[in-house]
Order: sequence, then structure tokens, then C-alpha cells
Amino acid sequence: MRIHSILYTLVFVFSVSMLYSQQVTKSEKGNFLLKNGTLVTVTNGTFKSDLLLEDGKIAQIGENISAGNGVTVVDCSDKFVYPGFIDGGTQLGLQEIGAVSLTVDHNEIGDFIPHMEALTAVNPNGVAIPVTRVNGITSAIVKPTGGRFPGTAALINLHGYTPQQMFAGYKAVVMNYPSSGKRGRRDRRSEEDIKKDSEKARKELNESWKKVKLYSKIDAASKSSNQKKSGYNPSMDAMIDVVNGDKQIMIEVNKKADIEAAIKWVQENELNAVLTGVKEGYRVADQLAEAGIPVIVGPVMSIPSRQSDKYDIAYANPGLMAKAGVKVALRTDSYENVRNLPYEAGFAATYGMGTEEALKAITINTAEIFGIADQLGSLDIGKQANVFVSDGDPFETRTDIYHLFIGGYKVPLESRHTLLYDEFLNRDPGVEKK
Amino acid sequence: MKNYIATICLVLMGLFSSAQTGDVLIKNGTVITITDGVKEDTDVLIRNGKIKQIGEGLSVGEDVKVIDANGMYVMPGIIDAHSHAGIDVVNEATAPVTAEVFVGDAINPYSVSIYRALAGGVTVSHAMHGSANAIGGQCETMKHHYGEEDPTTYQMKDAPRTIKFALGENPMRVHGEGNGIQPKTRMGIEQVFRKAFAEGREYQHAWKKYNSGNTDIAPEYNLRKQTLADILNGDIIIHCHSYRADEILMLMDVLEDYGVNQICFQHVNEGFKVAPELAEFGATASVFADWWAYKFEVYYSTAYNAAILTKNGVVTSINSDSGELIRHLYHEAGKTQKYGDLTDNEALRLITLNPAIQLGINDRVGSLEVGKDGDVAVFKNHPLSIYAVPQYTIVDGIVRFDINKDPADMRLDINPDETFPAFHELDAHDEHRCMEGVYEFLFHQH
Repeated sequence: MRIHSILYTLVFVFSVSMLYSQQVTKSEKGNFLLKNGTLVTVTNGTFKSDLLLEDGKIAQIGENISAGNGVTVVDCSDKFVYPGFIDGGTQLGLQEIGAVSLTVDHNEIGDFIPHMEALTAVNPNGVAIPVTRVNGITSAIVKPTGGRFPGTAALINLHGYTPQQMFAGYKAVVMNYPSSGKRGRRDRRSEEDIKKDSEKARKELNESWKKVKLYSKIDAASKSSNQKKSGYNPSMDAMIDVVNGDKQIMIEVNKKADIEAAIKWVQENELNAVLTGVKEGYRVADQLAEAGIPVIVGPVMSIPSRQSDKYDIAYANPGLMAKAGVKVALRTDSYENVRNLPYEAGFAATYGMGTEEALKAITINTAEIFGIADQLGSLDIGKQANVFVSDGDPFETRTDIYHLFIGGYKVPLESRHTLLYDEFLNRDPGVEKK
Repeated sequence: MKNYIATICLVLMGLFSSAQTGDVLIKNGTVITITDGVKEDTDVLIRNGKIKQIGEGLSVGEDVKVIDANGMYVMPGIIDAHSHAGIDVVNEATAPVTAEVFVGDAINPYSVSIYRALAGGVTVSHAMHGSANAIGGQCETMKHHYGEEDPTTYQMKDAPRTIKFALGENPMRVHGEGNGIQPKTRMGIEQVFRKAFAEGREYQHAWKKYNSGNTDIAPEYNLRKQTLADILNGDIIIHCHSYRADEILMLMDVLEDYGVNQICFQHVNEGFKVAPELAEFGATASVFADWWAYKFEVYYSTAYNAAILTKNGVVTSINSDSGELIRHLYHEAGKTQKYGDLTDNEALRLITLNPAIQLGINDRVGSLEVGKDGDVAVFKNHPLSIYAVPQYTIVDGIVRFDINKDPADMRLDINPDETFPAFHELDAHDEHRCMEGVYEFLFHQH
């Protein structure tokens, strides 16, 4: 009897701890030796090699690296090792449920509010974050939406318990260039009204830009003469680095005529700019290439912006721009399905970009555009250990991911979606209990 | 004289209202039949719009168009069990029950979205009413005869009638929150169905009584009630917009009480939670590959939904509900290999035979079999690969999409004064049309 009760207790304790460990799988901090994988470095070709991740960095690449003390060996035979993918534009962590406005944190009120920091509103425990990273996406731009200057975007790594732990070292002020297109299906404005509205908006932009430039001159003058600036002007302060060209400006612009105007505007103001969206970029690809302005395009899986356009033009757009010599990165522009980034790249690859270039568009190109290519975007020594291991081409839906590392952590490949699968695949009780 | 003209008109209408059928031989492809395995180096011959022969080394006279599918994949035309492509209006959002309206009255044969669907290998779509009402309008099973200008030629002849039902947030928001009438809750939605079915049954009985001569006074004709009676008679397949497990169980209970058993749950994001109940009832499920989190009732979702349902024996399809997704349903189906490791054939069934079953047209389409309709999609690379590119889409033996003849400008009639049609700044979810027409309606109410 007593033995029984002890046994029961043991079984109970064991099963409870099993349950517990099933529900909470924590990330594992450590050093990891990835043995015998095929490394797809992006920058230095593809070859079979070991890869050592140490102190959160890629420490060694080479054959027969021996595992030192406390290094966990991860067998990668028959597997591929990729640098983590980077999404060039999302609302990940800024939005929990689309239709519940109080869970939406990327669209503050105001037309000129560049001081709104997306990073502030990132929920590190957003349910979509693990859902995203299990598909090999390790970093993403989180971006405010709304008026002309809706705020400041930030690059985050998809692991951490505070926004600061997730911050990946890049910020940009976001601007929505005045559009001369229809806002969508429900836009009932006449062509003439649209034209008037966009001309007015451009005029207003130029006027506010004059003020921004004047403000930054005053700022520089007061700094050089050691005088204290008067007043509280957070929105103006947020623009100073942009005016000086020290901070990148992300300009959302899509229509051909608007892209041309935006290029001119960027050049006149000598800004460090990246254009985003760029749906009709293929129509002005040579101009973009000549101006040397990089682009972040997406979603690739979009319908054409004009009824008359070829059905596949959005698929082909990134490839057409890349061929013209534009530096192209991709984005999902999503929050819940950022996980589809590899498939967005896959469609771009299929419709003219090619696999190699499409892979760059979600790794090294993105990192280069953001000026953090020394940290992210390829398997190179010294870069951050954002790495995943797959059994094939990650653009293919049949490919599975086996291991994922962000910084110094091996992150479990679990999300709400996998947990619900585990729980409900063979539900017990089934229908026998009514 | 009048009669004479009317007869001519009827004859002419008859001539114009049947879409063309054609002959085509697809040579040397890898033929994915769905029901009889994959056949290498095989030909598919379509005669008068029907599959006449599947085999090796078939030959035809010079009058028949030949497609060289060497190195390509030949599969049944893709079927989308939930679409709003090619229709001008989506919601008759004026009452919780609008069973009398019919989407077939709003077909737009010039809608370029039909061509774009063809460019994704889709030959049949289920043009559905929206989800504003608990019992919405009747839907049309549409063949993608793009190029025909008579809207009636799009209706798939002899396809069973279908009707849209809707549970949860959408009818609650439109009628309860929007107009202050039932349903405002999922309790209210149950009672909308029970009341409607009770009225349908009463109406049925009234006609029965009249037809059997028990009364001399005919009941007043009412199309809404007649449609409800037709549902109770089993003449209409229900396609019900649904998300949460509890509401799915509720509707199955109501249907059981009325002896109705033909139901396909649409979206059904929480179907995975009640997969054994769905299988036992014989209900089918038409789901998104991975859409979730856009509203609260899809927050507890999993992209493994299709796999869980399939593995529990529920006939499952993957649909688009979107003018964007309809263009790459083959890719959406491929996601079930990521989320749940479905086999190639299981994954492809989700966009061919299974949606055909859900629409009651599986004797006509959904697999490559002799005698079935000549609806075929030809792909470069395997259709489940990310590198797949549709090459030809054939409907009833007529090539409706040919990648080599795809026009750079889709305009049918180009106005020389117009440089481009309007540019639309759309985001991905703008193409989600289930609630289209509702916002305008609510706006006018307040």
C-alpha cells in the first residue's frame, strides 16, 4: 500500500513535471557547434563545413572544428545552414488582433509625429513572434503606419523579453509620400480631386520640410554656440538626423509618377533614403538604379495595382528592379503572417529574380540597406549568431526547419500553432464521450 | 407575331447562353490524376469539352489543338470553394435572413479577377454571398469561361444549388451592433436559424396541404421561405462562414433537429478542435491555409488546421476568399506539407476533388478521369513547389489561359485618351471581400 502510494506520488510528480516541460520550453543559452552542414553563406558561396556559434556570434567556419568545453554539438549532416531571414517591413509585435483596435499600436494620431517610436510598442510576447521565427525569420523591421510622418521604425531580433533586448541596432524615420493614386476600392474621389489632393499634399510636405531644415540649422547653430534651444519640439528633434543624412528615411511610395517625384525630392534634399512598397518600381527601374536608391518591396504576392496590368507583375517587380541594378530587399508588410517571407522570396525568385538574388533580398541586401551588414545577413565570422538549419530549400513549403538560433540562444521551434497541433491532432476524448 | 419574336429570342438566348466546348490533346506530361495516381509521359485527350482518353501515344487529326506538356505537370483544374471573384456585389446586408437573393444575378463577365484566377490554374470557383447575414444569399458555382460576354455562360450547368450561412462576429456586428436587432450574440444566431427553419417547415406544410387538395386556398408565395423549405428538402448545400468550435457544434445541432445534413463549414478556423464531431456528422470543411489573428475569433488558430481535419477524416479543402489568394491556391495547398506533412496527393486533393465534393460536382470535375469535364491546369514544375508556374488553363476543352499569349495590357477596349487605368494603393487584406458592402450599409443606417 505504502509502496503504491509512493509510486503514485512519483508518477504524479513525474507526469506533472513532464506536463510542465511540455508547456514551457525555454530558449537554451550556450555555444553550439553545427557539424557537417551545407552552409549557404549568401556572401561566400555554398559549401559543406562546420560552424561554431560562440558568445552569440559566428566564431568559426571550417572543417573539423572540435567542440570545446561546454559546447553543444548539433548534427547537421544532410542539412542546410542558413543565415536568419530579415523582413524589411512589418507590424509584428505592434498588433495582436487586426479587428480589435485596442491591440493595434502602430497607427498613432497625427500627421507629423516622427518621434513615435515603434520599438516602444513592441510586445516581446506577441503570439505572432514565435509563429514567425519557426519559419526561419530571425529579424524584422517594425514600422508605424498612418499619416505623412507616422513615426520611427526599428529593426528587432525575434527573441528577447524586452524591446531593448530585441533591438537590432537600426532605426529609420518613416514617411508616406503623397500619393496620386486611389486609396482603394472605396475611394470615390474623381481623378481631378485625387490630383488636387496630391498636389496640395506635396506642397504641404515641401513647406513642412522647409521648417524642418530651418529647425535643424537653428539646432546646429545653437549647439556650436553652446546655447540652449528653447521649447519642447520632439517631432522636430526626431527629424534632425534625417535632414543631416545621418539617419535613414523610409519612404513609402508606390505609383510610377510618385516614385519619380520621390526620387527627385530625395536628391534635392540629399537624404539617405530607402523607398518602400515601390509597386510600380519596374516602370522606373533604370531611374531608381541611376539614383542609387535601394528599395524594400512587398508583399510580392499582391494583385496588380491597375486593372490593366499583367497578372504576375507584382511577382516580377523585384526581379525586374534587381536586373536593372537596383538593390532590392523584400518585406511581407504583415504582422500575423510574417512567417511567409521565404515564400514571398520564392515567388520573386520564380518570376524572374532567381533563387540566389531572392535569398539576398531577405538577408544581406536588407542588412546592407540598413548599414548593419557587419552584424546580420550572411554566415560570416563575427556576425551575430542568427542562424537556422533546414532539410532543404527554405523557399519550398515541404522544407522543414530543425534548429534556430538567435544571438546566443537556441530557440525552441514552438508556437501557438504547433502547440494546438500537438494538442488536437488526436484529441482525447474524441466523440465517444457525449 | 409577338410569339414568333419571343421564340426567336429564346432560341438565340439558348445559343448564346451555352459556353463553348473544345478539343485539345495534352501530350507527354506528368499527369496527376488525383484518383488514379501519377502517370509519367502520358497524354490527355479532350473531345467536345470532356476527357475522352488518358494514355500513352494518343494521336488526333490536324484539326485538334495539341499542347506539348513534355517536362510539365498536368493536373485537374483547381477549384476554389470560396470566392467572390467575378461578382459585382457581395452582401445583401439588410436583414439577418436573405435566402431569396442569388449571387448569380451579379456576375460580371468582364471582371479581370476571373482571368487572374485562370492564370493560377483555377477553372471553377464558388462565387459566394458575403457573411453579413446568418442566412445570406444563394451562391453560384462558376466555370471560368473568361472571354465569354454573357454572364449566364459562367454558371456551371447542373451544379447543385448552394447557400451562404454565417456565424459569429460578422452577423453579430452588422445586425446586433449595427442595427440593434438580433443577433447580437451567438445565442441570438442560433435562434435566427431555428426561427427561419421553423418558418420554412410551416411554409412547406402549407404547400403540402394545398397540393394534396386539403385546402382550396394556395399559400402566399414567398421566395425566402421557399428557399428555406428547399434547404430542409435537401435541395441546397449549405456553406457556412464559421470560426469558433462552439458555434460549429451549435449549427450541427440545429441541422440535426431539422434532418439537414449537407453542410460545408467555411473558414472554420477552430474546426481542428471539433474535427471528430465534424467527421461524425459528415460535415466538410473549407479552410484558409494560414490566415489568422485578423480578428478575435481567429486568434486561437493554427495553420495545422487542414492537416488535423484531414487526418481526422473530414473532407477538407483550401479556399481563397480573396482575389489575391485565388491566384496561387497550389501554393496555399503546399503549405499543408509545412504544417502537418500531408502527402502530395492529400495536398492536391484540397484544391481539386475535395472542393468538388463540397460543391456536389465531383462527378464532373476534381480529377482527371475519362468522362469528366475537360478542366485542366498545366504547370511548369510540380504544382506544390514554390517554383511552379501555371502555363495553360483549360476549361471544357478551351484554353482560357496560355502564358505565351498573356496580354501585357488587359484592357479589352483601349481609350486613346487614357494613359493607365487608376492606380490603387491596396493592401493585402483589401482583397478580403466577405464583408464588402457592409460598411456602406452601416454608414447609411446611422
